[in-house]
Amino acid sequence: MIGCYTLFKKEMARFGKVWFQTVLSPIVTAMLYLMVFSQVLEGRVEVFDGISYTEFLIPGLLMMTVIQNAFANSSSSLIQSKTLGNLLFILVAPISTLQIFLAYTAAAVARGLIVGLGVLLIALLYVEVPVYNFGIIMLFAISSSAVLGALGIIAGIWADKFDQMAAFQNFIIVPLSFLSGVFYSIHSLSGIWQTLSHFNPFLYMIDGFRYGFFGTSDVPVGTSFAVVIVSLTVLSAICYRIIDTGYKLRQ
Amino acid sequence: MTTPAVSIQALHKNFGSVQALKGIDLEIEQGEFFGLLGPNGAGKSTLINALAGLTRPTSGSLKIMGHDVITNYLEARRRLGVVPQEVVFDPFFSVREALIFQSGYFGLTKNDLWVDELLDTLRLTDKADANMRSLSGGMKRRVLIAQALVHKPLVVVLDEPTAGVDVELRKSLWRFVQSLHKSGHTIVLTTHYLEEAETLCDRIGIIDHGKLITLESKQELMSRGLGQKLTVSSNSPLPDVPTELQRKIVNASEFQLELRLRREQDSVIDILDQLRAANFQIDDIGVETDSLEDIFVQLTSEQAL
Repeated sequence: MIGCYTLFKKEMARFGKVWFQTVLSPIVTAMLYLMVFSQVLEGRVEVFDGISYTEFLIPGLLMMTVIQNAFANSSSSLIQSKTLGNLLFILVAPISTLQIFLAYTAAAVARGLIVGLGVLLIALLYVEVPVYNFGIIMLFAISSSAVLGALGIIAGIWADKFDQMAAFQNFIIVPLSFLSGVFYSIHSLSGIWQTLSHFNPFLYMIDGFRYGFFGTSDVPVGTSFAVVIVSLTVLSAICYRIIDTGYKLRQ
Repeated sequence: MTTPAVSIQALHKNFGSVQALKGIDLEIEQGEFFGLLGPNGAGKSTLINALAGLTRPTSGSLKIMGHDVITNYLEARRRLGVVPQEVVFDPFFSVREALIFQSGYFGLTKNDLWVDELLDTLRLTDKADANMRSLSGGMKRRVLIAQALVHKPLVVVLDEPTAGVDVELRKSLWRFVQSLHKSGHTIVLTTHYLEEAETLCDRIGIIDHGKLITLESKQELMSRGLGQKLTVSSNSPLPDVPTELQRKIVNASEFQLELRLRREQDSVIDILDQLRAANFQIDDIGVETDSLEDIFVQLTSEQAL
């Protein structure tokens, strides 16, 4: 396991060296969203009874930041390593398929949580957020960032060029996270859009995470957790398979 | 009988319809200094990549110290150090960080002493804390060698380690690799510099068009009877070359004649006697033994026919 732990440490050091871009920048972006949306909609919209819009918004923004950064960590690390050729140092080392998967995923989770914590600390200066169940909050934060970490591994291995990666991010990750109930409750959507929203796995991550704060959600929390775990299982299996077969890694 | 350091059997590798390796069989004994030669695109790097696990063979088997590189890859990789042909590096880290991380990948947590020794031997100590990006090409190549050696592998594969480096660095890398060999490492070297193989290697394999066309000790290869080149010069125009020597002509001008002699069939003295008998006024002679390069060119061109 030393090889796995070293790869995890290397991944942490990699994003730590460019913390301005990998940690500070997403925190600032999330805070801008919070300031603009709460300024415009506070007092005009009440999604859950007795919960202000700004309070409602914070868990969604937090989770969106966590999962986007988890994805960005594994995907950007892998495509950079592939493009620069230094992935070779890992490929020739005695690190098993499972260990490679675990190291990249754990680093993605860690970055997601660190950025999320940063957003939370600053948001707490802005408004007090209730905590209904801290365990559920952490459960969803870790499992959801692991899902996106695994998806980032797949994208990082699949993409041959940076513009393919940008397309993956801009046409899949960003729209799915924006349309997952970060800024609204899906009950406020009309028929077809509400139905379509249920096919978006990010909805369950954010809704379950929000349940941990307020004890109320659009979808039963058990269903949300089941969707996240199934997503994690499927994506982990795909990750394992592509790393093990050497798809786009070994000729 | 000791386990071979490298054992390759019936190795095939296809890239689509292109057959890069066509049934390579090769055993390299422990402690050998083995040279793998071949023209561009012959399959050398494919073979090295297959050994390192970077290329999956279509069929056949490869073993490092008896461990299969596919089915027992963890054990095989622990015993192998690979210096890649391309200069690759991680721009996020310093030299020392790169070496410490590489040690960790191989399960070594307290490797600072050996890392310091490698830095010192490869004259990188003063650059230990410099970012990889700031190093010259030659320094980056030395870091690659250090990275391949952090886990003290029994088998070291160097894929054209001196390509594009200056003469001084090349000679210092030769000395370093020779010292590695003396300390018991099995060395597999691919190179374009035939002088390099001639100087360093005990045994040489020549690969061409995906096949191992020659596998001999350097001495055997050098004494294959390919022979020598005899150059005869005169201050006066040379007469016609005797009929029996015409097939040996490599080059002929008004004042100079070059003949290729087969080492075990032709005697320089006899040839000179025949030329004198044909009224050659010889003022100067030169005899040049075939270099590995001549043998290589001849073997690979035979293969191309």
